[in-house]
Amino acid sequence: MGKRPPKYSAAALVKHGLTRGDWPRMWRRPEMRDSYDVVIIGAGLHGLATAYYLAENHGITNVAVIDKGYVGGGGSGRNTAIVRSNYLTPEGVAFYDRSLSLYKTMANDLNLNIMFSERGHLTLAHTDSALRTMHWRAEVNKLQGIDSSVIDPQEVKEQAPSLDVSENTRYPILGALHHPPGGIVRHDAVVWGYARGADHHGTHIIQETEVLDINVEGGSGPGGKGAGGKVTGVRTTRGDISAPIVVNCTAGWASLISNMAGVPLPITTHPLQAAVTEPCKVFLPTVVVSGSLHVYVSQTDRGELVFGASVDPVGTYRVNGTLEFTEELAGHVLELMPGISKMRLLRQWSGLCDMTPDYSPVMGFTPVEGYLLDVGWGTYGFKAGPVAGETLAETIATGRTADLISSFGIERFTHGDLVGEKGAAAVGH
Amino acid sequence: MIIVPCPNCGPRNSGDLQNCGENISRPDPSTASLVEWREYLYMRENPAGWVTETWYCRGGCRRYFTIQRNTVTNEIRGQEAS
Repeated sequence: MGKRPPKYSAAALVKHGLTRGDWPRMWRRPEMRDSYDVVIIGAGLHGLATAYYLAENHGITNVAVIDKGYVGGGGSGRNTAIVRSNYLTPEGVAFYDRSLSLYKTMANDLNLNIMFSERGHLTLAHTDSALRTMHWRAEVNKLQGIDSSVIDPQEVKEQAPSLDVSENTRYPILGALHHPPGGIVRHDAVVWGYARGADHHGTHIIQETEVLDINVEGGSGPGGKGAGGKVTGVRTTRGDISAPIVVNCTAGWASLISNMAGVPLPITTHPLQAAVTEPCKVFLPTVVVSGSLHVYVSQTDRGELVFGASVDPVGTYRVNGTLEFTEELAGHVLELMPGISKMRLLRQWSGLCDMTPDYSPVMGFTPVEGYLLDVGWGTYGFKAGPVAGETLAETIATGRTADLISSFGIERFTHGDLVGEKGAAAVGH
Repeated sequence: MIIVPCPNCGPRNSGDLQNCGENISRPDPSTASLVEWREYLYMRENPAGWVTETWYCRGGCRRYFTIQRNTVTNEIRGQEAS
């Protein structure tokens, strides 16, 4: 266990300003051991949150988080940083609401400013059926104590004056689901906070180390893998690790890792593109989402507009930007906010999404003993990160699936018991 | 942009077509067990590399055809009507 890192505080800032001493590293680069109690594949938000809660809540610290790249280099650093809990299914609402409450206290819990801006969240309805879904979501939300209601176009205009709520547009705004507790968070800070917290507890964060295979014994598939088998460890580019528990937190690459254990997944990998404009004076006070127009937009504290969209229609592991995306995005954003037509895009990027058929995640135990999943995070992995880590850590520590994720097991696909969340998790339907 | 070679319409932008996903053998519905059937419905290999997949020429001839595509580079080879 390392020395406790100095607390970040105003006093520490003054002291460092006066002494000009170096800030200590937020996490170490440890030598990899040849055995751990738990190996987590993927050092993104989910993997690091799981490691943090394993240590913080359950005292399990002989843990390695392994990543082929660097901390937070996948979806954790590429998402559009929106958090909310106004989902459609009761399972989804309870789950994401717990995540939101963890986000609210996170800056204190992790002693790092994650810049949570609770600015409210509008999901626009442009069609009667979309408006009906908003009413449905609002009622499900209210029943579970979530602040969520349907508002009319005039109230939308009051929330976000830059939106065109006239009837002369191609897709007039008929109303919106208003969710005041939603907002945006500095996504990198969340990852760094969990990495720092986990590292402080003694967890090993091992970067630039690729997992080449998962060792499984006694399974019914080829090479002893698959159902009925038992995990014995992983083979990496830096040698073998033996471990009784291996957790897959690899999002877009989830299928590749899971196939190594002989556990096929109901997942296809699609890129999701996002873009950001040059900064300008703050004019957009809330997060605005439009399912019909395939776009969500928020303004950062620096004044840049951040845009996200629906996933690219063709599944691929390639993360390049496309002209189709830029054209479509610009057209749709100007439909919503004609006033920003002179703004220029600063850059665009893309991340990989592990899409499931029902837009709910796949979490928990698998037919291979000791191999656990935390995948299928599609386009909603960031907002779920804290609760996914907390519930998965509980599942690992107690050997029993946590209540909040009991509907998200992989067996739901065999039983035909899907958790249809598309109405609240997707844009572009 | 991915250029997809339709057997009838020639090279087209992927936006004109619909990707129907990787080819999977369909079990006989009259004999398949529920588990086999649901595996066919939901489970995918989702490989990083060459995959054999079906496309639908939505904006053109409305024919289905099979190609091989590398999911890492989006390079395409082979093509046959199905």
